[in-house]
Amino acid sequence: MFSRDRWQEIFETIRKNKLRTILSGFTVALGIFIFIVLFGFGNGLKNSFEEFFLDDATNTLWLYPGVTSKAYRGFKDNRRIEFDNSDLIDIQENFAFFLERITPRINRREVLGYKNKSNSYYTRAVTPAHQYIEKTVIMKGRFINQKDLEEKNKNIVIGRLVEQDLFKNENPIGKYVEIKESAFKVVGVFQDKSGDREERLVYLPYTTRQLLEKTNDKIDQIIVSFKPELGYVGALAFERQLRDFFKNKKVIDPSDKSGLYIRNTAEMVKQNQQFAATLQIIVAIVGFGTLIAGIIGISNIMVFVVKERTKELGVRKALGATPISVVGMILHESIFITTISGIFGLLIGVFVLSRLGDQLEQYFILNPYVDTLTAFIATFSLIFFGAVAGYIPAKRAASIKPIVALRDE
Amino acid sequence: MIQINNLHKSYKIGSNSLHVLKGIDLKIDEGELVAIMGSSGSGKSTLLNILGMLDIADDGKYLLDNVLIQDLTETTAANYRNRFLGFVFQSFNLINYKNALENVALPLYYQGLGRKIRQQKALEYLEKVGLKDWATHLPSELSGGQKQRVAIARAMASQPKVLLADEPTGALDSNTSNEVMGLIQKINEEGKTILVVTHEIEIAHMCKRIVTLKDGVIVEDKKTNQTLIDTNV
Ligand SMILES: Nc1ncnc2c1ncn2[C@@H]1O[C@H](COP(=O)(O)OP(=O)(O)OP(=O)(O)O)[C@@H](O)[C@H]1O
Ligand SMILES: [Mg+2]
Repeated sequence: MFSRDRWQEIFETIRKNKLRTILSGFTVALGIFIFIVLFGFGNGLKNSFEEFFLDDATNTLWLYPGVTSKAYRGFKDNRRIEFDNSDLIDIQENFAFFLERITPRINRREVLGYKNKSNSYYTRAVTPAHQYIEKTVIMKGRFINQKDLEEKNKNIVIGRLVEQDLFKNENPIGKYVEIKESAFKVVGVFQDKSGDREERLVYLPYTTRQLLEKTNDKIDQIIVSFKPELGYVGALAFERQLRDFFKNKKVIDPSDKSGLYIRNTAEMVKQNQQFAATLQIIVAIVGFGTLIAGIIGISNIMVFVVKERTKELGVRKALGATPISVVGMILHESIFITTISGIFGLLIGVFVLSRLGDQLEQYFILNPYVDTLTAFIATFSLIFFGAVAGYIPAKRAASIKPIVALRDE
Repeated sequence: MIQINNLHKSYKIGSNSLHVLKGIDLKIDEGELVAIMGSSGSGKSTLLNILGMLDIADDGKYLLDNVLIQDLTETTAANYRNRFLGFVFQSFNLINYKNALENVALPLYYQGLGRKIRQQKALEYLEKVGLKDWATHLPSELSGGQKQRVAIARAMASQPKVLLADEPTGALDSNTSNEVMGLIQKINEEGKTILVVTHEIEIAHMCKRIVTLKDGVIVEDKKTNQTLIDTNV
């Protein structure tokens, strides 16, 4: 069936019918190419999305104090709520069942000076737990530790870009930086994929910060992480109980929405995952649609090719071609062309995707790629359906009486 | 070689049916050169197509070299066409993207012969029709007479028992017609059984026997005084 003679016959036909070959080859190559590129872009979108939203820890609750909007139990409205150290202790004591880690945050803007350079940066006063909650990656040295916290050390951890700004090529670890006329030792440098803003931050122990500010015990925010095994429902329960606890402790009307804010990432994560799933479905639909369009394209061409060859097939049959040999010839030829051009389109598509790399990051397409399995399934389904689409008209052409085929003009 | 009895054929045109062959009886022996004549629409091509197994009769019996041609599968019919029959058409029916040699070699491909032998045999037959030097030319580069000679070489290459020619000179001028008929006579001299459909009386007289059709029946069947063409191709 696939003898050398048959191959020669097919090569000859392909060589001498260039337009037909190019037409069907181009359709398949283009179909696969577009599929690969679109699908790759879709994956790129998904990548940026995950980069943006699924970067931080996903089991956290963020507590922000607000301003009351209702008078309650003898307090007037418009009262500013504040957190302090006792709140941290209360959470640790009352919510041990839910709690994994806890950190306060005290945010200040400070000028950091080193040698003759100085610059203003946001500082965050935190506990060691903060590293896990933000998924901060340490490049050099270490993060704030428990000892820093207890001894209220003047140690800081700086972002990659702070290092770049102030230290250029110097190793900052162990160097002293001036903040408000006192010297702080750099103990670590971190990086963060979330963006430039994150890498221009400076971390210090919150106890040190409170000491600097004349031993007050105020806290700007509290971030807690809950045990992941609690799941979504557990997270909601934790949130509800925290809210009740603090509304009671800070004497806020239970119906007052603005006295205390709690952001629950579990809820966001759920939404984000739904969004990611939607994105995935859109990518799949786009890919599937392209593939269908390609299949319809190659089917039309096959119908056209067989129609165009009707008379030739009649001549071949008059000369003794059996129906099987006619069908075999058409299929062999079409599968050969679609395979070659399909693989060609596949390679070009993969090449283009890999060349694009991160160039489209501004359009939220990050690392576009197509996994090998998807690429091959797509290519082979196009080849397969091209063959099926060719088989039907070929079969019909092979079964009409030679005299009818010969009459075709 | 060929024997048909009471052959009938009708064409369906819409809801009507056109009865074209109305009971043909014909016997042709090996080595005969028969002209089939008749006015346009008398059913000459229909008869030849049935004999060539390109079409199927509605009724009647057809024996080709003592083989009953009846209810054949398309595959068997293809094999019979390939081994028993050679066809020459008025419109040549060469494959336009194949050169003369490849066209002649095509029936040999369907006989399952190897490439070398195909080439060699095809060239041999092209030489027989005087077109060896034109082997690599495409049909579009050949004159009508040359095309028909290639078609004859192609029909002969598979060494069929019978050569069927439907108005082989229909598209040619009288000089080239003579050339082609000379070739047919030469092949007949070598012992091949040949049927030629024509409506030109001169062409018919170059054959040995004339069968005349009218309204779907044979009205005359006579031997001729064959006009021999002296072949100088
Ligand atoms: N496929 C077909 N469908 C319907 N009618 C047909 C078909 N082929 C031929 N006919 C009709 O059958 C009749 C005989 O046709 P045929 O081709 O056998 O005639 P012919 O003797 O070869 O004529 P000509 O000399 O013009 O070639 C004609 O009336 C023709 O119109
Ligand atoms: Mg006719």
